[in-house]
Amino acid sequence: MQREVSAWRAALLSLVILALFLGGWELALQGAGQGGGPALDPEYAALLGQAAATGGQTPMPKPSEIGRRLFQLLSDPFYIRGPNDQGIGIQIAWSLGRVLLGFGIAALVAIPLGFVIGMSPLLNAALNPFIQVLRPVSPLAWMPLALFTIQDSSISAVFVIFICSIWPMLLNTAFGVSAVRREWLNVARTLEAGTWRTAFRVILPAAAPTILTGMRISIGIAWLVIVAAEMLVGGTGIGYWVWNQWNNLSIADICIAILMIGLVGLALDRLLGLAARAVAWNE
Amino acid sequence: MACDTPADGTGAIGQAVDEAVLRATFPDAATRRAMVTTFGAATLLAAIADVLPLGIAREAMAQPATPEKRDLRIGFIAITCATPIIMADPMGFYRKHGLNVEVIRTAGWAVIRDRAIAREFDAAHMLAPMPLAMSLGVGVASPQPWAVAAIENVNGQAITLANKHRDKRNPANWRGMRFAVPFDFSIHNYLLRAYVAEAGLDPDRDIQIRSVPPPEMVANLRAENIDGFLGPDPFNQRAVFDGVGFIHLLTKTLWDGHPCCAFAVPASMPREMPGTFAALMRAIVEATAYSNAPANRREVAAAIAGPNYLNQPQTVIEQVLTGTFADGLGQVQRVPDRVGFQPFPYHSMAIWILTQMRRWGQLTREVDYAAVANQVFLALDAGRAMRELGLEVPADTMRRERILGRDFDPAQPDAYLASFAIRR
Repeated sequence: MQREVSAWRAALLSLVILALFLGGWELALQGAGQGGGPALDPEYAALLGQAAATGGQTPMPKPSEIGRRLFQLLSDPFYIRGPNDQGIGIQIAWSLGRVLLGFGIAALVAIPLGFVIGMSPLLNAALNPFIQVLRPVSPLAWMPLALFTIQDSSISAVFVIFICSIWPMLLNTAFGVSAVRREWLNVARTLEAGTWRTAFRVILPAAAPTILTGMRISIGIAWLVIVAAEMLVGGTGIGYWVWNQWNNLSIADICIAILMIGLVGLALDRLLGLAARAVAWNE
Repeated sequence: MACDTPADGTGAIGQAVDEAVLRATFPDAATRRAMVTTFGAATLLAAIADVLPLGIAREAMAQPATPEKRDLRIGFIAITCATPIIMADPMGFYRKHGLNVEVIRTAGWAVIRDRAIAREFDAAHMLAPMPLAMSLGVGVASPQPWAVAAIENVNGQAITLANKHRDKRNPANWRGMRFAVPFDFSIHNYLLRAYVAEAGLDPDRDIQIRSVPPPEMVANLRAENIDGFLGPDPFNQRAVFDGVGFIHLLTKTLWDGHPCCAFAVPASMPREMPGTFAALMRAIVEATAYSNAPANRREVAAAIAGPNYLNQPQTVIEQVLTGTFADGLGQVQRVPDRVGFQPFPYHSMAIWILTQMRRWGQLTREVDYAAVANQVFLALDAGRAMRELGLEVPADTMRRERILGRDFDPAQPDAYLASFAIRR
């Protein structure tokens, strides 16, 4: 058991680490991109970016610049100015919608299927090779196949989320169901509970923590995958937004996108963590 | 305006009428085919025209009809080549011709091709060689008949080199260097290959050429993954703006008036939606002419630089469109015709592209160059839209070109192809 640490001391240390990191970043870039070359013809210099005008290259943005841009983006996150220019809040909402749709369908398929596999050792052994082969496939490898067969880019993105987030849920459900204690099943049988009653009143509560763990892993994967998928299909979403700002070589916006993706991923994980706590049981 | 329609009923609509008439007269396919092979379609049609008012039928079909479909989605890549397609939205050219168009920025050429084939787009911004390759079934699973309804821009590309190559201005010294082009089926690829081949280098053995989406070219140049690129603007200018590279040359010095990007439609569109097609052509041709006028260039740059379209600093777009630009070597250059916008899809352009597809082994079978050009480059339809808008229409779809110091006679493509020492 780890020794308890006080929350405020940990928070303080986190803040110090963050401050050191950002301060070091800011300082390291002080004066970066200054070429110090000979003075250029003013007419020529006016046509160049700030750094290039002094003979250097446009440098990595400083944290202070990123902060200013973040404030600018967050002060109006939900604007829509045409199909290619929408606020960052709208983009995140699109991504969340796709993730929840793909993840939801995956849960609807994986949990019942996992139940069946967990209850039947024969099916478990028969399906295991397929699951083990398909499980480690990268989302990007599914994408061309999805685009070619489905021929619709937004459905393809949802399909890729589905196919990548189904495996942890499937495996965990199957494991949780097969690991239910024999005594409990025997008790249920002695009390003459039917198959359905046993499944819902005994097996489901017993396996719920394991299933929730699988869902928690899956939502993490789904959120990882959406960025890659949206970069490929384009249109809307935070992944597309990253790709778009990359086109514009706007590194500050990409840093902000990384921050946003991290925060939303954290929130999703915490939500499922809370759900897991609700179904946890102690003997 | 119908009297301006080519009276011989050429163009896709006229062809559709002719086909329909032949089918109606000889409903049995075998008989029809036999008759056409024996007498030729033209003779047969002339004979039928004696008894049927074919000219009137063709003219009636060619009347500007109301658009069958008004809500259209058009995909584009965020480069200045797409200027007419893009600016027609904020500057109201689509609306003016009764269309409600959404222009959708797309991630890369392969994506635009696949979404076009899946008909997620009604029309698309493509590289001029793409509809040729797609129609011939090169680089796609099966032939996808798409057509070049209009050329977007001529010239307006450049070779950009990393700053460390300032002293390597002679392509003969480029052995071992790595270059990026936007796509395998692009005028950029063919021009870069022809350019280094003229300097005695084999583009497949002595240098490396890879396909990189235009937006990623500058980042790759900066990371020293590539030594240079022959790419579309604004990325040449963006490399200078960010202090990463310099403009070695503008492609207009390689081939003045070369085509680059195209406004592409499914080959069936003129037949299936003649009204929409005609309205779209008028909007595009008018937008192209407007974009071409030097006086409008600053206004157009302001309209398309924003985040909904090109998403670039306005000064970069302005330098590209006005031709007053920093070259990355300390000079301000003034080249007003750095990029031009002209819609007419000369068949000679298509034939040159086809010769290059043959030259570099992309197209491995014999094709009838002129027939493919005629089918894919809809010069007559573009010409009709130009005439309706009072623009001057070139008299001939064939034009002798001067490319990299050689004369290209589109009537003699095989002789031209045979004149190259470096080829596959």
